[in-house]
Amino acid sequence: MSNPRRSQPPAPPEARANALAELLDEKRLIPAGFLDAVATNAEHEWSPRNGARVVARAWVDPEYRKRLLADATTACAELGYAGPQGEYMVALEDTPALHNVIVCTQCSCTAWPVLGLPPDWYKSPEYRARVVREPRRVLHEMGLDLPKSVSIRVWDTTAETRYMVLPLRPAGTEDWSEEQLAETVTREAMIGIALVSVVTSRE
Amino acid sequence: MDGIHDLGGMGGFGPIEVERDEPVFHEPWERLAFALNILGITAIGAYNADEYRHAVERMDPAHYLAASYYERVLTGAATLLVEKRIVTHHELESGAGGLFPLAQPVAENPTADLKPQTQARFKVGDRVVVRNVFPAGHTRAPRYVRGKRGVVLHIAPAFSFPDGSAHGLSARSEHTYHVEFPARELWADSAGNDESVVVDLWDSYLEAR
Repeated sequence: MSNPRRSQPPAPPEARANALAELLDEKRLIPAGFLDAVATNAEHEWSPRNGARVVARAWVDPEYRKRLLADATTACAELGYAGPQGEYMVALEDTPALHNVIVCTQCSCTAWPVLGLPPDWYKSPEYRARVVREPRRVLHEMGLDLPKSVSIRVWDTTAETRYMVLPLRPAGTEDWSEEQLAETVTREAMIGIALVSVVTSRE
Repeated sequence: MDGIHDLGGMGGFGPIEVERDEPVFHEPWERLAFALNILGITAIGAYNADEYRHAVERMDPAHYLAASYYERVLTGAATLLVEKRIVTHHELESGAGGLFPLAQPVAENPTADLKPQTQARFKVGDRVVVRNVFPAGHTRAPRYVRGKRGVVLHIAPAFSFPDGSAHGLSARSEHTYHVEFPARELWADSAGNDESVVVDLWDSYLEAR
């Protein structure tokens, strides 16, 4: 095995990825259209917009909220969201006294069907190392200052459960439609590094 | 394996940089690397997701930290395709026109002696301690919880036991538990009183206390 600390730098990752693809293609191991179909799914089907619709539905429909908290896999499937890395999903309910944050310290496991492929900051060694050890400081640095009265629960995705946070519904949105509410829900809020915030007409 | 991948709680890391409106893939080769790994797991069926995670864990630590996420994906996939004799390292380096670093080999005795647990031994509210074992191969009990005491919050369905399936051992499924550890149990008085960490742990990682 080659050692990257040899004096010679490795070939650029682009050249390495292309070399592997060309070799597998020469060996006829790539079904026609396979690679593009997988990547296109990742870009368009697995999206935090899906999770945002789940959250908005839970905010407007108390019965759906109960189902989501009891069995998120089935509740997400009701809206059509299921698939790889979503085989067993659990929704984590924020309350005025408890804030949830998700991480995967050992790799970067994420609920693809409702959160999409994770962003770079979620996959960074900085986030993975620090958020389990000093969550309040990490959240502060990322722009979220929680009152001292709010406890923090960090969820490390070490097995097959895939989590999403059900954030608090922002004040002043009582008469908003489900569609309007879904527009306000970000991936960051469903991972737990941000709250859902809105500008209401009274402000 | 107490590798560089097991980052939880490690010190020395700086601020987390968030990119606004980040695309799913930054470069066409990242898109390709992601799809090639899915190809290796599904269409070719050369390896499973646990073997893949372990291949990434076996990367040289300096390479692991310097590599972007999709370079790690690419290195893990290429390592396994070489180990499974689908391609050769020489072919990869010829094609790339330069060095193609792969991960280190699997340890000789990768698994710890953890008795299979076919029935769920614990229930919600049970007080448990994480076994203090040090497998040389793949495991999903992060080092920061070993020997630590927690409480079961939730029982998840039985899933394939990763310490075995990453090393081609016979199929074995066990329930996993969401176990809550007070931050002070993990990090002593450096942690806040009002913080906790929940870790999802297979049955045989745990003992009653």
